[in-house]
Amino acid sequence: MTDFFWLIPFFPLVSTIIFVIFGRRFPKKYVSFQACFAVLASFVLAAISFLSMLNAGPSHSLLEKNLFSWINAGSFKVNLSFQFDSLTAVMVLVVSLVGFLIHIYSVGYMSKDKSYTRYFAYLNLFVFFMLVLVMASNLVLMFVGWEGVGLCSYLLIGFWFEKHSAANAGKKAFIVNRIGDAGFLIGILFIVVHIGSTEFSAINKAVLGGVLTPALATLIGILLFIGATGKSAQLPLYIWLPDAMEGPTPVSALIHAATMVTAGVYMVARMNLLYSMSLTASNIIAIVGGLTAIFAATMALTQNDIKKILAYSTISQLGYMFIGCGVGAYAAGIFHLYTHAFFKSLLFLAAGSVMHALSGELNVQKMGGLRKYLPRTYYPFLIGAIAIAGIPFFSGFFSKDAILTHAFAQGQYAVWAMGILGAVMTAFYMFRLIFLTFHGKERLEPDVKKHIHESPPVMTIPLAILAFFSIIAGYIGLPAVVGKNYNWFGNFLDPVIHSGHEAHISMGTEWFLILISVAVAVAGIFIAYIFYIRKTQIPSTLIKKFPFIYKLLYNKYYVDEAYNAVFVNPMIRGSEIIYDNFDLKIIDGAVNGSAKIAVWSGRLLSRFQTGFLKDYALIFLLGAILVIGFLLF
Amino acid sequence: MIPISYFIVLSFILFFLGIVAFFVKKDLLTQFMAVEIMLNAANLAFIAFAKSANALDGQVIVFFVITVAGAEAAIGLAIILLIFRHRKTIKTEDINLMKG
Repeated sequence: MTDFFWLIPFFPLVSTIIFVIFGRRFPKKYVSFQACFAVLASFVLAAISFLSMLNAGPSHSLLEKNLFSWINAGSFKVNLSFQFDSLTAVMVLVVSLVGFLIHIYSVGYMSKDKSYTRYFAYLNLFVFFMLVLVMASNLVLMFVGWEGVGLCSYLLIGFWFEKHSAANAGKKAFIVNRIGDAGFLIGILFIVVHIGSTEFSAINKAVLGGVLTPALATLIGILLFIGATGKSAQLPLYIWLPDAMEGPTPVSALIHAATMVTAGVYMVARMNLLYSMSLTASNIIAIVGGLTAIFAATMALTQNDIKKILAYSTISQLGYMFIGCGVGAYAAGIFHLYTHAFFKSLLFLAAGSVMHALSGELNVQKMGGLRKYLPRTYYPFLIGAIAIAGIPFFSGFFSKDAILTHAFAQGQYAVWAMGILGAVMTAFYMFRLIFLTFHGKERLEPDVKKHIHESPPVMTIPLAILAFFSIIAGYIGLPAVVGKNYNWFGNFLDPVIHSGHEAHISMGTEWFLILISVAVAVAGIFIAYIFYIRKTQIPSTLIKKFPFIYKLLYNKYYVDEAYNAVFVNPMIRGSEIIYDNFDLKIIDGAVNGSAKIAVWSGRLLSRFQTGFLKDYALIFLLGAILVIGFLLF
Repeated sequence: MIPISYFIVLSFILFFLGIVAFFVKKDLLTQFMAVEIMLNAANLAFIAFAKSANALDGQVIVFFVITVAGAEAAIGLAIILLIFRHRKTIKTEDINLMKG
């Protein structure tokens, strides 16, 4: 069976092609069946490949399949080839499992949409490209998947393109990603020039063989990381992700929380040998990750849009993953990616369920007290929030703690402090969201309240499954304090992620670090409890006391406005100047000018065409005389 | 034996009369007849040269010209007739449909 692992991405692709060709004639029931089944087939095949890899033991930790030679230009060769190792296995399982659950949820969420088939065609196509991205065995094919998921992201953000804001948000996501991708592409070209091959195995061999100087490794590492900041919404290219919430909520859960935005983390982990050569590049990653974690968390504090809060939370959590990669704890970063995929998609889907119940209401200030109306949404949401806040025995605790412990052990105290600060805010804003939405006074609009209803089972069952994973997913990577060999996840990734020099800290310090992260999580929840349940006047007094800070946070530090003023508007104005002067005058002038010359010369020559017989005869006669004269003399 | 120059001069006179008639006259029918005169002037020259050069080629060409002139007369007259039916005139200064 493992020989066929390369078929994993192709089930969703075939499904998309069928939808594109015959989709119009299919009834909705069949569309839902085919779309879900295609992703389920990928998941089953991935699980079989994964299990047989486990059984085969460490010597069979890498499957490779070369389909054909794709580019063959002189010494530069690219194969269309897939690989399946432990890192790919984690990513493929997460993508196909979460993808499958979200497909099922979408059946309920999108049931009334008129473009039902188009939605599932895009969603299947996205799963295909995401699987290509994580299974590619070279950077060029990975880039194909990378761009493909970007395309699907654009299509799905702008899914309701009749809405102006959705169309604009899709465009923004696409353009911002292009900036990052330019860096990524230049990084790939550097690798092509200096290593000659983009196969990961060849890159690793070259790095180990010392082909790259440290300066070159730093340069390539930073260029590739620029690509990651675009795709994974890090500073300074994070601005597209909050806007991306214009898309349908399951899309936000799948693409903008669980899978696509983590592609940057995956890429950095995949290139871990290169990054371990360059301390500068690693430090930049850790610092950008830490700053993003705090920066995004502060913006989440004051937002009122339920999906925007989750979007900023995603940016912040992606920052944690990059902290992990930046301090050399790639396994911890991937571990957080894996737990985050479950609890963040759970939170998004639960938020979608709330919106579904409230006829599309997004403003948390107009919710409250929903616990008794939506119990089957409330409990999964609560589990997700506990997991992300970092309360012990839930998955998010283990992964976040692993990252912060490694950061501390590597002596990156500043990054560690940023992570802890972010953790307080994470706990606070998540429970602010919970309290405002599900507890306290009802602040519903009367006509919304009339239609309030719990979501159908097709939506709540995926929530329950994801809630289950949000609890147990962390137990495969226990911290070192409970014993050296319980970090099964890290050991599993060992063949891909070369742990290198690991700084060890004493058990006492590690217990102390765990205690701190638990304490800040509890503190964050407690503050939220006081602010939004006990003394609800506190937030408004704080706003009155510090109007400047509140306004700054509420308007997201005016970053969008600043980017508009510095980059977007000059670009638009410059384009207008060029349009007015070059396009209208020179290009249009040349085109219109040649037409005018034709008209003119035609008009001049048509003077000879008087229509009178005698004039023609006269010209004919003159011509004859001329010819005779020419022949005679 | 009449010298060849007589024929050639007669041919020139006829041809010149044809040109003059074509430019002077205003109705299509007369102009058409002028064209016929020019054709026959050319025929006369052909025959004269053929006789003096003792070659049959010129005479053969004359037969061709007569045949073509006959066909041309049939079509030309039909066209003139149709123009007259449609426009009630065959004066060339009234007909300038081909003006550019």
